[in-house]
Amino acid sequence: MDFEKKGKELRESILRMIHNAKSGHTGGSLSCVEILMALYYDVLNINPKNPEWEDRDRFIMSKGHSCPALYAVLADLGYFDKSELMNLRKIDGKLQGHPDFHKTKGVDMNTGSLGQGASIAFGMALAAKHKKKNYKVYALLGDGECQEGIVWEASMAASQFKLDNLVYILDNNGLQIDGQVDDIISLGNITKKFEAFGFEVFEVDGHNVNEIINALRKETNGKPKFIRCETLKGKGVDFMENNYKWHGKAPNDEELEKALKCIGV
Amino acid sequence: MGKSIREAYGESLCEFGKINEKIVVFDADLANATQTIKFKQMFSDRFYDLGIAENNLFGTAAAFAREGFIPFASTFAIFGAGRAYEIIRNSIAYTNLNVKIALTHAGLSVGEDGGSHQSIEDIALMRVLPNMTVLVPCDPLETKKIIEAAIKIDGPVYIRLARPECPNLVDVNKKFEVGRGDILREGKDICIIACGLMVKEALEAHTLLSNENINAAVVNMHTIKPIDRELLLNINKNYRLIVTCEEHSVIGGLGSAVAEVIAEEPHAKLKMIGIKDKFGHSGKPNELFKEYGITSTDIVKVIKENI
Repeated sequence: MDFEKKGKELRESILRMIHNAKSGHTGGSLSCVEILMALYYDVLNINPKNPEWEDRDRFIMSKGHSCPALYAVLADLGYFDKSELMNLRKIDGKLQGHPDFHKTKGVDMNTGSLGQGASIAFGMALAAKHKKKNYKVYALLGDGECQEGIVWEASMAASQFKLDNLVYILDNNGLQIDGQVDDIISLGNITKKFEAFGFEVFEVDGHNVNEIINALRKETNGKPKFIRCETLKGKGVDFMENNYKWHGKAPNDEELEKALKCIGV
Repeated sequence: MGKSIREAYGESLCEFGKINEKIVVFDADLANATQTIKFKQMFSDRFYDLGIAENNLFGTAAAFAREGFIPFASTFAIFGAGRAYEIIRNSIAYTNLNVKIALTHAGLSVGEDGGSHQSIEDIALMRVLPNMTVLVPCDPLETKKIIEAAIKIDGPVYIRLARPECPNLVDVNKKFEVGRGDILREGKDICIIACGLMVKEALEAHTLLSNENINAAVVNMHTIKPIDRELLLNINKNYRLIVTCEEHSVIGGLGSAVAEVIAEEPHAKLKMIGIKDKFGHSGKPNELFKEYGITSTDIVKVIKENI
């Protein structure tokens, strides 16, 4: 697949749907595009025609506010019609401000309250072992999200139960809504922290799809996996990049035009 | 005295676990206290102890429900309904997932462990959640009926379980129905509506009052949500005074649920017996019931003052 071309298309969808909704989380949606491409166009064993297929790999968008990126991918894969993207956050629309599996095909669990996705993914991975199924469970976490205690409750349990079918992916863009993660409550050496919690750890360029795929395909010797993806919040749009003010803001008409030019549309 | 409600809970899990393989039980390092240990001993491969981490306990239970299981998640009421509240709210109630939240050591009857461990807010917290059914057994027999009923409900259920031993009060042959209050004693003018351990106090009050030729009806309101609206409207029509009894705060509990129904009716008269907006502390359950004014004697007193 031409990931550069696909990345542009997805970024255009994200910007247009958030612009149309007049609210939503632009920065964190743009930072995880390559991570979602690595998962949805390569690694995940899924079937868009059968979203609830029991043997599918599960994906939990733990940083649920970045769901515009997920919606763009799910629409592209045919889980629902692309025209639905223009109903994001609208009354009677299928695409909620934060993911809801009852309303949106392809969503594996409701998220939005930070940290809970880490616990849900742990539980689904444990359920896979319980059912003696081979599917894997992937969760995308934000770096600010790792300030939540439940992330560490779930991580401790993941290594206790030797969940080698669980993968936490960190979108390490360095920013949270109030500013820089390091200025608020620093994660310190987050890779070392997950390693100490019993994970097999990897560090990759979060905007290099092939690097992410390689890390996703690595064996873990019976341990859960942690992949730290170095990313840029607002990636692809120069005036949004690395600017926390774009965490939860929608572009206006003028900003949309400028942003689309930036990504080369 | 009989066994405790929590013991009956553990036994019921085993009984229904035998016939329903979808039942998986989760605990947070309190299996001995909550009595889920009984299930663990019988079905070790369907039991998970997640350690002292209640948030992850309920996240995990939600995930198992999403995967098609019937998870029972147990800890003390204070740590479940309290600490893990928002996990229950967003990952279980909002998602309408089939998790049975069976919390023990609810209410003042925890006793000696004191105020930090006595959950007197859990009914209020669980009752306010959309999709949630709230059940409170009054004795070991009813506990079994409630567990059986909860398994049949496809959605989240909160089951409030008390710690102490208590005698069986309900008729074993009477059909249990979620959302239908159980009239234990017929009466005239006065109706006592109770749940959980307070049903025993209410029945004692009934006897004490009969000695003084006061004939009070007693209703076991085992389902707090959905509340038996039809029965409450009838009670409101036919009795001069309604007294609710719970070992829970009067704010948001059974009394409030009853008040919400009858407040809009003409000529309503209600008195609520429960914990009057304060915390508990250490002591024997009967000492605490006395101090907090929720014994049978208190019920009698309130009725005589308001008759």
